[in-house]
Amino acid sequence: MDGVIMHHVALWTAAFLTLGIISFLYRDNAWYKFCEAVFIGISAGYWFVSYFWDNLYGKLWLGIFPTDPTQPPDYILLIGGALGVMMLLRLIPKIGWLSRWPLAFIVGATAGLNLIIYFASNVMVQVEDTIRPLFGANYAASAYDIVGNIVVAVGTFTALIYFFFSKEHKGAFGGAAKVGIFVLMVTFGASFGYTVMSRISLLLGRIDFLMGDWLGVIK
Amino acid sequence: MTGVTCRCISRAHLPWLVIILAATLLFPSVSSGETNTAFVGVVGDTVPPAPVTSLIASDRKYDNGEAIDLTWVPSIDDRLLHGKVIGYRIYRSENGGEYKKVGDAGKGDSQFSDETVSHGNRYVYYVVAVGPGGQAESIHTAPIIAEREWINFNRKYLFLIGLIIAGSVVYFIETARRGKKLFIRRIAGLEAVDEAIGRATEMGRPILFISGTQDMDNVQTIAGITILGHVARTIADYDTKIRMPVSRSLVMTAARETIKTSYLAAGRPDAYSDDMVNYVTDEQFGYVAAVNGIMVREKPATCFYLGAFFAESLIMAETGYSIGAIQIAGTAMPTQLPFFVVACDFTLIGEELFAASAYLSNEPKQLGSLKGQDVGKAIALAVMIIGTIAVTVGQSWNIDLMNNIADWLNSVFKTN
Repeated sequence: MDGVIMHHVALWTAAFLTLGIISFLYRDNAWYKFCEAVFIGISAGYWFVSYFWDNLYGKLWLGIFPTDPTQPPDYILLIGGALGVMMLLRLIPKIGWLSRWPLAFIVGATAGLNLIIYFASNVMVQVEDTIRPLFGANYAASAYDIVGNIVVAVGTFTALIYFFFSKEHKGAFGGAAKVGIFVLMVTFGASFGYTVMSRISLLLGRIDFLMGDWLGVIK
Repeated sequence: MTGVTCRCISRAHLPWLVIILAATLLFPSVSSGETNTAFVGVVGDTVPPAPVTSLIASDRKYDNGEAIDLTWVPSIDDRLLHGKVIGYRIYRSENGGEYKKVGDAGKGDSQFSDETVSHGNRYVYYVVAVGPGGQAESIHTAPIIAEREWINFNRKYLFLIGLIIAGSVVYFIETARRGKKLFIRRIAGLEAVDEAIGRATEMGRPILFISGTQDMDNVQTIAGITILGHVARTIADYDTKIRMPVSRSLVMTAARETIKTSYLAAGRPDAYSDDMVNYVTDEQFGYVAAVNGIMVREKPATCFYLGAFFAESLIMAETGYSIGAIQIAGTAMPTQLPFFVVACDFTLIGEELFAASAYLSNEPKQLGSLKGQDVGKAIALAVMIIGTIAVTVGQSWNIDLMNNIADWLNSVFKTN
């Protein structure tokens, strides 16, 4: 019996909050403000608890003081812990400058690690994949494939030209850059349509909840 | 159960069964090879297949001591037709311990990669050929240790190209430091930054700055925060109000430091307040709900969206559009760019976001870096054009030289 009551309470709460958020489409109002505050408060609290148990306790504490006696303590985690404490030193104005060190560490490490990852995946792989025959005797391809290959090759070359910053987009270079931005816009158009369809499916999911689970109009 | 059998094979079926049995005995070759093999395997074959030979275990080169590769010559009974092998099992002993199965290989296979090893441990392997009639164990390999290598020579070309680009960056930085003016083409979205800040000043409304929803370990967020430095400097000069809700605590700290430094550089440290940047929540749509609320209540004259975005991009940009704000966006997320393009006044597409800070600051270090990256793009473009022409001509007219050029270029840019 309690389960049924709780189910209905949860259902009506979810419907109330869903309609409250959707009411923003009309204008900002007290109902939306209430739902917004509930959403932000609950999610901020949730993430605080989640980070505490997953990171501070689950990784740092149990890593340094493992409950399994066969597992050696991982003292390198103390460096991370120390950086975390340094972040909190912002609360003490006199030594608050120390909080810049962990930030510098994160930004530096991110830049260094991503340099290789991005260079390998966004440059090397892209170049390797672009070196393909457009047509040829040993390459059995239909006219459709050949046109597709040419479009891909020309699109890649010209789009790359658009992203050159050292040269003014004038003359033949500017013409190629214009083709490049045209290719990008066509790609964006296709991507736009595709993504909008996925958003429509999200909307349908909410309508299905309201009309089906809540009101029971749709079975 | 007996009753069921009696009902299925009744007297009426007997003549058919006799015909099928006779046909099978008289014309065995009519049956397919696969059926025949299965038949032999299930009923007739009690002889195990021959074992694999020449089993060799080798440490994978240029890795972090994480894999051992096995090769062997398949069992002589491993044939497509009438073969006795249905697959292989790989067993491993670690540091002299008991043998445990670590994987399977299919019929016809002659190699296996064990990627579950730990560097420094000693491993011995053997392979078992499995057939319907039994199984046969190969000889054991010599003990092998997965070694860690300092340098991955498979990526030597990656290193070389990286070195060329890094060298170009250093060269251009030095050139800029010596006072030579480096040309950077006009980027429309960035030309509008100062104008947008000026508009907010004239209207007496705040500027909203969103640096995406990702943390400081995302290069787009770092790019957004770098541009924030320039924007904050201009805001400090104009004495305009900035509002920056963030969804990550580290971004909040970094953004506060950046704005504080900009106010200090503008000679207005007294005008800085920590309240300019505030944390909302890590939850993506909770954050969006808050940003939308801020937009409709405080009606900022200018909105900047510079960083990494996901589904929230259009929701925020549409709300910004509805309040009549000038909107400047920039991201390298391909799926979100279309939304910014349709809903914002100016959009920095991909690389333009990373070029923005160099463009705005005109600092030698950043300009040199941008120029160096252009050298990298020029190399990539040249290789793609030459490679595509070479492979197309080579394959169309069977010209070995062209095919070799294309193969070499492909190998240079292969990362694994």
